[in-house]
Amino acid sequence: MKELNKFTMTIPSRSANEAFARMVLAAFAVALDPTVEEISDIKTAVSEAVTNCIVHAYPNTIGNIYITGEILEGRVVKIKIRDRGRGIENVEQAMEPLFTTGGEERAGLGFAVMQSFMDSVKVSSRLGRGTTVIMKKKISER
Amino acid sequence: MKINHTGEVLTVYLQGEIDHHSARKMREEIDTAIEFNMPSLLILDFAEVTFMDSSGIGLVMGRFKNLQKSGAALNLSNLPANIYKVMKLAGIDRLACLEKGEF
Repeated sequence: MKELNKFTMTIPSRSANEAFARMVLAAFAVALDPTVEEISDIKTAVSEAVTNCIVHAYPNTIGNIYITGEILEGRVVKIKIRDRGRGIENVEQAMEPLFTTGGEERAGLGFAVMQSFMDSVKVSSRLGRGTTVIMKKKISER
Repeated sequence: MKINHTGEVLTVYLQGEIDHHSARKMREEIDTAIEFNMPSLLILDFAEVTFMDSSGIGLVMGRFKNLQKSGAALNLSNLPANIYKVMKLAGIDRLACLEKGEF
């Protein structure tokens, strides 16, 4: 699919950047004139992926989070969120609803939310090397 | 965040965005109010919440567990559409009474 627009940014894994990252992606997707619900879905999915980087990839340190947004032909928003953190030992298990290593206050629903609110979610990870999440969502014709 | 205590009902009016960054402070304030007032019903009001991700689910589930110790009930009221969607996805309607806002 042909790329119509693209941006990249790198942010440190500070929790204040969760709000910043989802607002950037929402602003980027506005070009496709999405509905309020579609914008909310994108913001929620981005918030989950960035929170994963902060809580799990870099648990006791601040590392970089690399974010790429693309608008593809056919009204598709593609979002890549990558870290060079701890990595996930078992991606399949990590993506199961309610599975968490994050303790009592984490619901274990991050990937479930991403999968539910986006059209596709792909996760690749290597222990000690980092994790990449690629999500796509088609914005409806209006 | 505003907190109102009337009789055995504790109502917490949440405000703004609920994510991993903001949830911690909300959790501490709500738990302090539960400990102090020992309500039989906690109402979390979402009318002025503009965004929530699964950190909000963690916040609700954690408070539910806390309330269970004293057998108190939990109501979630005035849920905006986007937040209702996240709550339903998580199956929170099996733990608490969910009341939608006007949308």
